[in-house]
Amino acid sequence: MSGAAPPHAVASDPGVREAVAQAKAWYWQRISAMVLAACVVLHLCIMIWAVRGGLSAAEILGRTQGNVLFAAFYAVFVLACAVHVPIGLAAIAREWWRWSPAAAQWFARAVTATLLVLGLRAVWGVYAPGA
Amino acid sequence: MSQGLKVRIWRGSGDDGRFVEYEVPRQDSQTVLDVVTHVQRVLDPTLAYRFACRVGMCGSCAMTVNGQARWTCRTHVARVVGAGGLLEIAPLANLPVVKDLATDMSAFFDKWARARGRFQGTQTRRDDFARVSPDTPQRRAANAGIECIGCGVCYGSCDVVQWRPDFLGPAALNRAWTLVNDVRDTERTERLRAVAGDAGCHSCHTQGTCTERCPKGIAPTIAIAGLKRTVARAAVKGEL
Repeated sequence: MSGAAPPHAVASDPGVREAVAQAKAWYWQRISAMVLAACVVLHLCIMIWAVRGGLSAAEILGRTQGNVLFAAFYAVFVLACAVHVPIGLAAIAREWWRWSPAAAQWFARAVTATLLVLGLRAVWGVYAPGA
Repeated sequence: MSQGLKVRIWRGSGDDGRFVEYEVPRQDSQTVLDVVTHVQRVLDPTLAYRFACRVGMCGSCAMTVNGQARWTCRTHVARVVGAGGLLEIAPLANLPVVKDLATDMSAFFDKWARARGRFQGTQTRRDDFARVSPDTPQRRAANAGIECIGCGVCYGSCDVVQWRPDFLGPAALNRAWTLVNDVRDTERTERLRAVAGDAGCHSCHTQGTCTERCPKGIAPTIAIAGLKRTVARAAVKGEL
């Protein structure tokens, strides 16, 4: 039986690659979900705290410009979204829209790129002094 | 118990069919299988359906009763009958219909093979019994899923199978989980690869319909979650 072969001997097999890819997608989505759960709670707290005295663009930028902690927090938030969302959307594309695995994967990559560019640009926009 | 039942039964082959209505006398302790048998023996001998043991062991009589997959031999009419004595009986969902209430279960059992649902050990009949303590976590996990009778109720209830017909399904994955926890089995890595691949355990959405509907009280949802965790650990360690 094939059970005699060590597991790494067939690691290049497409079926094994697919299994590893599925396993990685699953645990990355789990890990990113944990990060997102914390980020969303903190984000809601910040929002409630931030609107105490009304909300103006000047007030927001006064708090965020040059604030490394703020930028780092929202950069992590964006990264977690960029990991979590495309994996779920790829599954939806395959199950509901009947897309091929390759099409779903390219769609997921495009979503990742879009979330990263738009999200990090937004973080930079409120962090960079004079932006 | 003198009033009759209005029974609508799916008649046809493949995708082509319709519901036909029958009047069946109501009886004490009547099961849905009793109703179908009455129709076939008294009203219309051309009705096709499948059963064998009639006592919940063989797993061959599963059908869709009033919209839900059930084992018909152990389902009392009193528990499922609708308003006005209406009973709608259709073949199990997510499987091709051979004729009337009999489905072709080939795909269902082929997926057990795809998930490597066959035990592979090293001992022969000349060896002594393997001694496995019933208290170990692995044996407890295997015991929790071992009583599956392969009726296909979970498979017919699974939305993911409907969305992705190549999904291995709850029963095959439950079987794989019992073997992953069988310390005598020698194909653990191959089995983890088989269930982790495309349309494998990661396609499950953890909706839990299989667990809710399983007539044997098995929880394939827990088995699939266990497979996901075990596969993830193996992938991290580079053992997949």
